[in-house]
Amino acid sequence: MIRGLPEEEYFAPGHRACAGCGGALALRHVLKATGKNIVVVQATGCMEVVSSPYPETSWRVPWLHVAFETAAPTASGVARALKTQGKEDVKVVAFGGDGATFDIGFGGISGTFERNENIMYVCNENGAYMNTGMQRSSATPFGASASTMPAGKKIPGKKELKKPVALILAAHNAPYVATASVCDLNDINRKVKKAMAIKGPTYIEINSPCPTGWYCDSAKAIEVARLAMQTRIAPMYEIENGKVTITHDITEPKPVEEYLKAQGRFKHLSPEQIKEIQGQVDKEWAKLKKLQDAGCEL
Amino acid sequence: MAKKENSKPAEKMVFNVGAVIYEPGSTIKNKTGGWRAMKPKIDQAKCIKCGICWANCPDMSVKKNEKGEFEIDYDYCKGCGICANECPVKAILMEIEKK
Repeated sequence: MIRGLPEEEYFAPGHRACAGCGGALALRHVLKATGKNIVVVQATGCMEVVSSPYPETSWRVPWLHVAFETAAPTASGVARALKTQGKEDVKVVAFGGDGATFDIGFGGISGTFERNENIMYVCNENGAYMNTGMQRSSATPFGASASTMPAGKKIPGKKELKKPVALILAAHNAPYVATASVCDLNDINRKVKKAMAIKGPTYIEINSPCPTGWYCDSAKAIEVARLAMQTRIAPMYEIENGKVTITHDITEPKPVEEYLKAQGRFKHLSPEQIKEIQGQVDKEWAKLKKLQDAGCEL
Repeated sequence: MAKKENSKPAEKMVFNVGAVIYEPGSTIKNKTGGWRAMKPKIDQAKCIKCGICWANCPDMSVKKNEKGEFEIDYDYCKGCGICANECPVKAILMEIEKK
């Protein structure tokens, strides 16, 4: 154990992720927490492409690649097959990026959670389809420029808000839903271990920086992820049986400008837009706080 | 009604096996160290052995040796610089890679 994290690596080096990839770091730490007694089902996306250039693989656990939209439904099938074989100690983990989770595979995930399947779904959220060239997804933050809607004179960046998938899945009566970030690796470890121990559908969304798509220095990747937490842009909370708990309470938030200025995808923003984003972030935080303090079930 | 020639009874149907990789962790054959433009160097005198560089490496390229010191595995290090940026005592310096 180093820093309270296991030393075993179930994700091998030599993968083709860009230098400073937050997603690869998130995967590495999720696997450290799950251990080897799992079956991974992965949707198409960056983390699938970089980890399985045929005939090589970075995975040291059983791994299946399925179509973009079917990670969660396939995982439920694998979980049921394992149950029939009496191997209920083996957990099925589905991985997907935000494209697979928020857009393309959303119906399948919703069905899986509605059927109360015994799987854990991990979403690597970096806010766009980074693998195919930074196209807009419904996880792209407000104001960001993406290749399918580049900011210019007419379009001031994305005009819509990020889809609140964690809250939507919690509303499916999921026993455990959490958001995490690669800026706190011990927190990822704790949340994944917690989800692993729960029977039923669990969801963990990990905010992970993509230096290539966010247009930031690869060395600053973790620093930018930390800024997302400190500015309340990426709030970290967990929802257990509908009860919201903010795990990282930011009492003195930094202005959102610090986070936005660190990335090229926000460089076009005007002071008015930054003010608007600050307003949205404050509103979202107030909503979470209210949910937490009310103590009622979501 | 003429029977279709290509229709086979179900038990004779053959499913082709898709792409199967039998060797776990086989990307270790791919030495990504060649991508590096900047090279991290750990100053062992300054290092406090906290392991933050080890934990934050996306390429599993910081390793602990028998002496308990952390060292960089240059076979796979892509030179992203996260370790140098996160080091609390600035014991890791990024140098330009000479090839």
